[in-house]
Amino acid sequence: MLEAVLGNLDIFLFLLFVVMGYSCGTIAEKRHYKSILKREKELIKLMLVSAEGRFADGAVNESFLVSGSMVVSNDYFKRLLAILRNFFGGRVKAYESLIDRARREAMLRMKEEAAARGAHMIVNLRLETSTIGRSANKKNRVGSIEALAYGTAVVMNRP
Amino acid sequence: MIMTNVGSVPGKKIVEHFGIVQGSTVRAKHFGRDMMAGLKNLVGGELKGYTELLQESRQEAMDRMSEQARLMGANAVVNIRFATSSVAQGAAELFAYGTAVRVE
Repeated sequence: MLEAVLGNLDIFLFLLFVVMGYSCGTIAEKRHYKSILKREKELIKLMLVSAEGRFADGAVNESFLVSGSMVVSNDYFKRLLAILRNFFGGRVKAYESLIDRARREAMLRMKEEAAARGAHMIVNLRLETSTIGRSANKKNRVGSIEALAYGTAVVMNRP
Repeated sequence: MIMTNVGSVPGKKIVEHFGIVQGSTVRAKHFGRDMMAGLKNLVGGELKGYTELLQESRQEAMDRMSEQARLMGANAVVNIRFATSSVAQGAAELFAYGTAVRVE
């Protein structure tokens, strides 16, 4: 029995990684989406626009740069799915949700920073993504991605 | 030093332009963090070590940029943009640039 296990160790490890990746990855993603939705609701009052604002004289008290970022990585199972997808083409759902999560989390962190410093709105939002890590320079591989959100937080003079 | 990424500083008037200022830093992650990231690659999720590392390096790039602006005699940097590129395996360059101005 032991010999059979040792002989096929690579297959067992592969299966273990797949199962582990699937279970942990799915749980983590669900939990993350839950927290994203909750915090988005809390911060919905803080206005966020991607245009440059025009303000009347004396309306603005203070303005400063805020930014938020997140580095996120896919699990083993989803990476496998994405490789399979490369054969047939079509939507790669596994990566869609990954990038969506990273971007929304980055925006939330930016908003949290702005809210903590008493801002009323964020103007000129810019979003950026980049691949980093070991697989950054290799083709056809997305290892881990970073999403960065930055903008100018504005504190208004309220009567 | 006031920093914004719009063309002006809301609520203030630009009185003098000094031109482009920039700051960059190339960072590699250290071994321990890399191993943790390797494990995290199996189960997915946030790589906290990397997030912190990139935040720190971006802050350093911005510090260098504002230092340059200070030497020019500016008191604000407007129109800031960030760029990230991976120059070698395991190393990333973080680059920040903007326009140094004096506001009143």
